[in-house]
Amino acid sequence: MKTPVIKADHLDLVFQTNDGPVQALSDVSLDVEKGDFVSFIGPSGCGKTTFLRCVAALEHPTGGTLRVNGMTPDMARQERSYGYVFQAAGLYPWRTIARNIRLPLEIMGFSKAEQETRVQKVLELVDLAGFGNKYPWQLSGGMQQRASIARALAFDADILLMDEPFGALDEIVRDHLNEQLLELWARTQKTCLFVTHSIPEAVYLSTKIVVMSPRPGRITDVIDNTLPRARPLDIRDTPEFLEIAHRVREGLRAGHAYDD
Amino acid sequence: MMTRSVLPILTVVMAIVALWYGGAVLMNKRWTMDQAARAGVELSLAEVVADTLSQDRPKLPAPHQVITELWNTTGAKVLEGRAFSKRSLIFHGWITLSATLLGFAIGTGLGIALAVGIVHNRAMDMSVMPWAIASQTIPILAIAPMIIVVLNSIGVQGLLPKAIISAYLSFFPVVVGMVKGLRSPDAMQLDLMRTYSASGTQVFSMLRLPSSMPYLFTSLKVGMAASLVGAIVGELPTGAIRGLGARLLAGSYYGQTVQIWSALFAAAILAATLVGLIGLIQRITLKRMGMAR
Ligand SMILES: Nc1ncnc2c1ncn2[C@@H]1O[C@H](COP(=O)(O)OP(=O)(O)OP(=O)(O)O)[C@@H](O)[C@H]1O
Ligand SMILES: [Mg+2]
Repeated sequence: MKTPVIKADHLDLVFQTNDGPVQALSDVSLDVEKGDFVSFIGPSGCGKTTFLRCVAALEHPTGGTLRVNGMTPDMARQERSYGYVFQAAGLYPWRTIARNIRLPLEIMGFSKAEQETRVQKVLELVDLAGFGNKYPWQLSGGMQQRASIARALAFDADILLMDEPFGALDEIVRDHLNEQLLELWARTQKTCLFVTHSIPEAVYLSTKIVVMSPRPGRITDVIDNTLPRARPLDIRDTPEFLEIAHRVREGLRAGHAYDD
Repeated sequence: MMTRSVLPILTVVMAIVALWYGGAVLMNKRWTMDQAARAGVELSLAEVVADTLSQDRPKLPAPHQVITELWNTTGAKVLEGRAFSKRSLIFHGWITLSATLLGFAIGTGLGIALAVGIVHNRAMDMSVMPWAIASQTIPILAIAPMIIVVLNSIGVQGLLPKAIISAYLSFFPVVVGMVKGLRSPDAMQLDLMRTYSASGTQVFSMLRLPSSMPYLFTSLKVGMAASLVGAIVGELPTGAIRGLGARLLAGSYYGQTVQIWSALFAAAILAATLVGLIGLIQRITLKRMGMAR
């Protein structure tokens, strides 16, 4: 049996705040296989970001175990196992696009020549070839977000963690980027963890959809996506698509029943 | 664009010059009248005005008197080939400028070093800032003579004591600006660096330092002006005979108001030039960094 790329067992995470403890994650168990595209969906505050940050070793669970590529998250980070894409592109305004993408490569000590070839490669991968010498403010929001994905891909991590990367973009741009992301995923065989608030986005992209609910943050449903991997945009009008979307919506509603 | 900004500026300057002439006439009138009364002559209005604007020791010198004095002590000296004689403002300006620049360099270096310490060391964060603030609440006029005297007693004279007073005034804006600048990267940018397992030095050189540049330049401008004030103040208590401060002091001893005012203007022109120079470096640097659009 192959070992899962990410294996979470009964994760708990309690934040100590001034208003008392906040249970951000409660008994979260999840396996992610190599090459999976897993979407996390759920109402605000249900711990989607927190879970991703645990995988990235930016937060540390207060209970349970978490393994990334069979290692602790901290070790996995040392091994450059993942690239993280934040909600905002967060490109450095004093660096050109190419030099922004080069940033992790400089930090990790790649040779100059290697940096050059890798930057060119990922720029092409996200369809930004020819924009390397532009500064971030010269690019649209969608292009900036693509550049930040390129930056996360540059050092060849096999896991891509994305926290609402397209949340701030309009629907048309978002559709286009979703299409490109699927294509990129198919080409690179990365394992993707993707946080979103959009049901169609989750269903369109994923092989697996994790539905979460808040207070305390937990997983209420894990839906396997039966759609074929090759997905044109108009697959979203097929009955199969709508049925999965319906299940996700039901799952979200069920999670909310605990409220009030 | 140029004419649009030049016109308002010109209007303001004209208004100030007009007010200045008016003030000079009013303030110097008394002396003119007294002199006339003593000599027993009647003066026409035109004669009164003419006299108030050409006195040797007016209460308020007229603009053209100050400009003439400025020219006589700078440009004219250069033409005579005696730019660095004791009567030349270029000479005195240079004395003050050298103390200002040395003090500015010391103050900026100290300010940046303290800011780096404050941002990276919790103990320094808690302890340094209160002292830095306290240092600025002591009037510089009270502390300048002590610095001069103490340094004098251990044999340090000339440029350095003045530069230290300059540095004392100029390190503060640099500390405040740099701390703010080095802390300007947000949590997300810092998290990004963590996901790369970046070292403290890398976070500093690749993120904190570049982020702080706009803040640094703003505080350098304030610091430069403060340095000049410090250098001039440093020339006052010792009865120094060289420097713009010395010119101010000598002028006030002998009631040479024209000399005082021309020294004041020289200081103001010097300050404007220095601050403008930093602004220029700022523009070039930020442009080369790609931060200016
Ligand atoms: N650093 C922190 N300190 C204290 N509480 C936190 C912290 N980070 C998150 N929380 C709390 O943990 C809970 C989960 O937050 P999280 O950011 O993971 O939610 P989310 O699902 O990503 O929400 P959203 O969809 O709004 O991004 C929330 O109640 C939040 O207030
Ligand atoms: Mg979130």
